[in-house]
Amino acid sequence: MSVKKILLTSETHPLTWWLNDNKGVIWIEEYKKKGGYLAFKKAIETIEPSKIIDIIKCSGLKGRGGAGFSTGVKWSLMSQNNSSSMRYLLCNADEMEPGTYKDKFLIERIPHQLLEGILISSLALRVRKSYIFLRYEYVNAERILIRAINEAKKHGYIGNNVLRSGLDFEIILHSGAGRYICGEETALINSLEGKRANPRFKPPFPALVGVWGKPTCVNNVETLSNVPSIILHGVEWYKSLSKSVDSGTKIMGFSGKVKNPGLWELPFGTTAREILEDYAGGMHDGLTLKAWQPGGASTDFLTSEHIDVPMDFFSVQNAGSRLGTALAMAIDNNANMVSLVRNIEEFFSRESCGWCTPCRDGLPWIVSILRSLERKQGRKHDIETLEQLCHQLGPGKTFCAHAPGAVAPLKSAIKYFRMEFECGVELSSVIDVKLIENVSSYNEILDKVEYDNKFKSKYD
Amino acid sequence: MLKEKFHNIFMLSNEEKKAILKEKNNYEDSRASSIEALKIVQKNRGWVSKQAIYAISKILEMSASDLEEVATFYSQIFRRPVGRNVIRYCDSVVCYMHGCENIRACLENKLNIVIGETTRDFRFTLLPICCLGNCDKAPTLMINDNIYSRLTLKTVVELLELYQ
Repeated sequence: MSVKKILLTSETHPLTWWLNDNKGVIWIEEYKKKGGYLAFKKAIETIEPSKIIDIIKCSGLKGRGGAGFSTGVKWSLMSQNNSSSMRYLLCNADEMEPGTYKDKFLIERIPHQLLEGILISSLALRVRKSYIFLRYEYVNAERILIRAINEAKKHGYIGNNVLRSGLDFEIILHSGAGRYICGEETALINSLEGKRANPRFKPPFPALVGVWGKPTCVNNVETLSNVPSIILHGVEWYKSLSKSVDSGTKIMGFSGKVKNPGLWELPFGTTAREILEDYAGGMHDGLTLKAWQPGGASTDFLTSEHIDVPMDFFSVQNAGSRLGTALAMAIDNNANMVSLVRNIEEFFSRESCGWCTPCRDGLPWIVSILRSLERKQGRKHDIETLEQLCHQLGPGKTFCAHAPGAVAPLKSAIKYFRMEFECGVELSSVIDVKLIENVSSYNEILDKVEYDNKFKSKYD
Repeated sequence: MLKEKFHNIFMLSNEEKKAILKEKNNYEDSRASSIEALKIVQKNRGWVSKQAIYAISKILEMSASDLEEVATFYSQIFRRPVGRNVIRYCDSVVCYMHGCENIRACLENKLNIVIGETTRDFRFTLLPICCLGNCDKAPTLMINDNIYSRLTLKTVVELLELYQ
């Protein structure tokens, strides 16, 4: 196994160069020793709030929560609204996408980088009270954030008259109580307000009407963690880090049956093959790559043919999927796509908030069909029904993006591996079940089905 | 009448009241502290009873039905008694690829319950969760606040012995 070593420097790895080899948390003393909170000091003493927004806009920083919307543009929507004295910044740390753990990593290893990012963003957006909405199950991250917030208070970065500027900043940690839908921007706001986490209709956008009806900016942990280094080192430096049109670096990784699963901070435009082979060490011995998801369970499957795609928002979209969280999952040749997709759809079905009918009723229907296909008890036209459901639950048909995200992997799995789905229907009628008992991999079953079909058509 | 009965039976402790009132200060509206209040009561009593809903709603100045609506929505708020130890096994797609279904079957077998149930002696409750953010160390599970990774069927059985 040859795994590429990364030399972490502040010039090339703005998010992770702080890390130690001992995998410990970077607490405030070490953070400050390495130049932490200098960006906040610079911002509060020398840069106008509107100028900070301009810098972030020019840097090309895009939201790292999955959607990839320009952070500077999002911020500028906020700043135009001066109607209210109260405004909020909401840090989205409700990470629950299956296969994704980058926010947890950033919080657990470099919590002060996030706090500094929140403080600079608060300054730019003229926010005095920010909330970090942390996922319930991230108990270790909660402990670390509580200590980090207390440290920042003691050192005078949070509280009254911060750095003698006359400004007060408050950061409150709010932990949820489970439910994937809380990660959706407007559902997150509802949940923070102590309501069911049903998404809200947009417009009005949170920048105008957010938490308690006040202007609110919702940003992901990784997005906010990028802010200090951009302020400190400038727009041109940040742009130069990338190998593609998207600026900066991104936490990317591979999990699944790879030799060295993990995450690494890499420039946008690094190819998926490079991440898989050079950093994740390639597939386990004896296994080959059959399919992969670029950024979490809600992204479309791509096949081994797409493995040379550069990991950036445009290129991955061009290949037929979404960059999402950029934490990819490799699927090996022995995996049964019907079972795998059933697992994914069960998750989405379980986590539907129930607000709109297509999502509430459509997802359990999909699971039910996939279960019968998995048991080889599928009925004729089941695949066509699945395709119709993919259409009916697609973009624009439901209240929020939960259902479209849920059907993306199913739709792409049918597109690339239709035969495996057909096996669920055909095996009960065409293939003798005894035939499949002595096979070691799913591909062998497919070979036998293919052989049988050819055989039938030839001699029928 | 029924409401009165519940009020008489259930009382929030002083510590619980203090903790809930402290949470209220963090928000513009007291309703926002409802989830935290439910968690405070659950931490002390293991679960949130109907009587507790009435008591909490009173202190938060919101209707009991509103609070009930919140309590039944979130998966980590328990509305019936659970075991002393809650096992949340991760069934995310990455853990699935690493054999989490075998781990579930092993747990179900060993504890003689299925997902969502509690053992007769109230020692364990078994629940699914997705995902615990340990995808590089799959398969993984969480017992109470402790996370265990790179599980094998043998280590799962050994783990259970640690929790009485």
